[in-house]
Order: sequence, then C-alpha cells, then structure tokens
Amino acid sequence: MPEIRVSHVSHSFGDGSARRTVLTDLDVTLTEPRIGIVGANGSGKSTFVRLLNGLVHPDSGTVTVDGRDTVRDGREVRRRVGFCFTDPDAQIVMPTVAEDVAFGLRRRGLTKDEVRARTQGALTAYGLSGHADHPAHLLSGGQKQLLALASVLVTEPDLLVLDEPTTLLDLRNAAMVRSVVDGLAQQVVLVTHHLDLLDGFDRVLVFNEGRIVHDGAPAGAVVAYRALATA
Amino acid sequence: MAAQAVPLYLPGSSVVHRTGAGTKLLVLLAAGVALALWRSPWQVALAFALVLAGYAVARLPLRTLVRQLLGLAWVAVPLLAFQWIFASWQTGIGVVGSFVSMVLLAGLVTLTTRTTAMVDVVVRACGWLRRLGVDPERVGLMLALGIRSVHVVIGLAQEVREAQHARGLRASPRAFAVPLIVRSLRHADRLGEALTARGVDD
Ligand SMILES: Nc1ncnc2c1ncn2[C@@H]1O[C@H](COP(=O)(O)OP(=O)(O)OP(=O)(O)O)[C@@H](O)[C@H]1O
Ligand SMILES: [Mg+2]
Repeated sequence: MPEIRVSHVSHSFGDGSARRTVLTDLDVTLTEPRIGIVGANGSGKSTFVRLLNGLVHPDSGTVTVDGRDTVRDGREVRRRVGFCFTDPDAQIVMPTVAEDVAFGLRRRGLTKDEVRARTQGALTAYGLSGHADHPAHLLSGGQKQLLALASVLVTEPDLLVLDEPTTLLDLRNAAMVRSVVDGLAQQVVLVTHHLDLLDGFDRVLVFNEGRIVHDGAPAGAVVAYRALATA
Repeated sequence: MAAQAVPLYLPGSSVVHRTGAGTKLLVLLAAGVALALWRSPWQVALAFALVLAGYAVARLPLRTLVRQLLGLAWVAVPLLAFQWIFASWQTGIGVVGSFVSMVLLAGLVTLTTRTTAMVDVVVRACGWLRRLGVDPERVGLMLALGIRSVHVVIGLAQEVREAQHARGLRASPRAFAVPLIVRSLRHADRLGEALTARGVDD
C-alpha cells in the first residue's frame, strides 16, 4: 500500500478579515488499505482529501504519497492517485460512455488497440459494456457514478480517493458503488456520511472543525462521531 | 425530451457512418458556404431534400429526424412567419429553409460520427496553431467539453423547471435564468477541478 504522509499541515481560505482556517496542524500517516473519513459539514474533510492529489496546496506543512510531494511532483502524484467526486456529472468530460473511459488513457503511450481493449475491459468490469456508445447524460445517477469510477480505475491508480461518492445516490445505486469499492485491490480513502459504508474498514478518522479528533477502528469512530453530533 | 433535440452518435455501419470525419466536416463547411450564397426557394428545397436523403442513406430512425424537426419548429415557425410578413415568402423559405437544412446536416454528421473522431480531425486541422503557442489538444478537448456541456446544461434547465413547478412557481424568465446560471457556474467549477484531477493540466 502507498504511504500517505501529512506533516504539520494547516490551510486557510479567503483573505483579510474573511480568512478562515479550515485545517489546523494535521499530522498523520496513512498506510492501511481502507481508510474512512467522517465529520460534520464544513469540518474540512473535502479539503483534506484534496490535499492528497495536489488539488489543494497546503499553506504550511507537506503532503507526500510514497515520498512524492503533492505540490512539487503534482503530475506524478495525480497519475497514482485516482479521485472520485460526489457529483458524477461534473466528472464525466466526454459525451459518450466509452469515450469518457478512454479519455483517461490518452497521452499514456498506449496504442489505439490497447486503449480500446482496456476501455472495453473497464466497461465490462463495472457493468457498463451495454452502454459503450450511449450518451453519458442518459445514464441513471448510479450508472454515471460507476462510469466516473470506471474512468478513474482504468488508469490503474495505486490509491483511490472518494469524496462522498454515494451522497447523491439511492440505496441500490449506493450498494453498487460500494461493491465496486469493496472489490478493489488498491488503497482507498473514502469520505462519507453513510456510516455503514465503513464496515470492515481498517481505520477511520473523525474530523471536527479542521482537526482530527478521533482516529481508530470504525466502531469507536462512529461512537465518537455520534457523541460530537449530539454534544 | 429537449436533450434529444441535440443529437449524439448512433452506432451504425452505413456509408455515411463509414465516411471519414474530416470529409463529413468539410461537406458541412461547404454546405454552409453554398447555402449562404444560394437561397432561392428551389435551391433551398433541393438542399433540404439532399439532407433528408442523407438521413435515409445513413439508415437513421425516422423518429430521430422528427424529434429534431419538432425541436427546431420553436424557432423556425415564428422566424418564417416574421420573414413572410415583413419581407416575402421567398425570403422566408430561403432563410428558414437554409437554417433548418444546416442544423439537420450538422445533426447528421454528429449522429454518424464519434465525438473522438471529430475531435481528432479538429486536433489535426489545428496543428498549425502550435506555432502560435496554442495546444491543439486543448482545442479538441474544448470541442468535446462543449458538446458534453450542452447536454449537462439542458439537464440542469430541466431540473430548475421541475423544482419551480414543484414549488408552484409560475414561469418567469428571471426566476428561471438566475438558478440556471448559478447551477451552470457551479458545474463549471466542479468540472474544472475534475479535469485537473484527471490530469488535463499535467
Ligand atoms: N474553495 C474554497 N474557498 C473558500 N472556502 C472554502 C473553499 N473550499 C472549502 N471552503 C470552506 O472550508 C470549510 C471546510 O470545507 P470542506 O469542503 O473541506 O468541508 P467538508 O467537511 O467536506 O464538508 P461537507 O460535509 O459539507 O462536504 C468550509 O467552511 C468551506 O466553506
Ligand atoms: Mg465535502
């Protein structure tokens, strides 16, 4: 598993009097295969995971993935870290399903045949092979999220970060996404408000106001999170 | 559904499907020039008939054509009436007929050509831009994103309308436009982030 190292990271948004500290002196190393992140709205979860592929540059401190700095070696890091967002519509960039999957493979020095084979493989693996030439906008919400996942996973990242991938989905579609994530060999960092997704996870971080207030097994983390919510 | 007024690739094996994307785009360009020059009712009728023949040769389902015509009727009928009243029926047929023919022909090209193939042509055609410091790949990506974004924005427009109906609001242009613009901007923001995450800037 890759080693994610977050050293003394703080981060703020805004300028002048509107400046707000969103992450405060985070210091954590993640090496487990399955890492969950929970916390209230605005507690800094999304900002934290955006650090992991260099979408957010920390104001102070450093973030490395397998020794590569997310700011200095951003390009290398993004090749290894796949990212899946909440809103699948915003992640699909090509008009049709197969084209979107193939998009992630361009400029990787693959031949047309290799791209076609890998695209087909990913579509089959995620139950989309019947939709290869369909317009992406006609897929259901769950299928769109599976497409977004397929488009990221086809590039074979070592680490997959998911920021609330099931928030917009109904129970059945959420279960489909969950079973895909369960089956992955890669390291996974998952942000969610659906606590049942964290069953079987190795480690769960609980965020509150920009700090990690609990770090441990899922059961204890859920208790800590519930205590915060009712405090 | 409004989204279907903007057609997208329908797989097939007809001659039209197998013709190269570059050729089809050139035909589209030539037709645009021709229809700008020749607009008599007979010339326009001929162009319209040729486009319909193209649909038949491509063996596209009739309902795809009908749906596009219905989508165009919103613009075409008032435009025709306007020209008829304020100019002449010949001008009306010329303007509206050439407009409808061009949109249908563009539809025929997109219905029979994969976006990727079109993007490849544009990337090749824009190769000379490299000397001006413009990345042709970017131009192609913008084209693909443009097509995709039309679909997303139409979907957002439907959501806004449904949300307003649900709250019993009467349709007013402003009550429609403001949330649509806000949602579109938010979409653009997220899309930009997703593109970075997918390595577009790398
Ligand atoms: N680009 C930005 N510009 C300004 N402020 C931001 C930006 N991104 C996040 N914030 C602010 O930072 C804080 C933490 O946001 P973040 O998105 O990390 O929270 P979160 O834990 O993911 O919340 P949620 O559960 O709602 O997704 C919030 O107060 C948010 O308003
Ligand atoms: Mg968030």
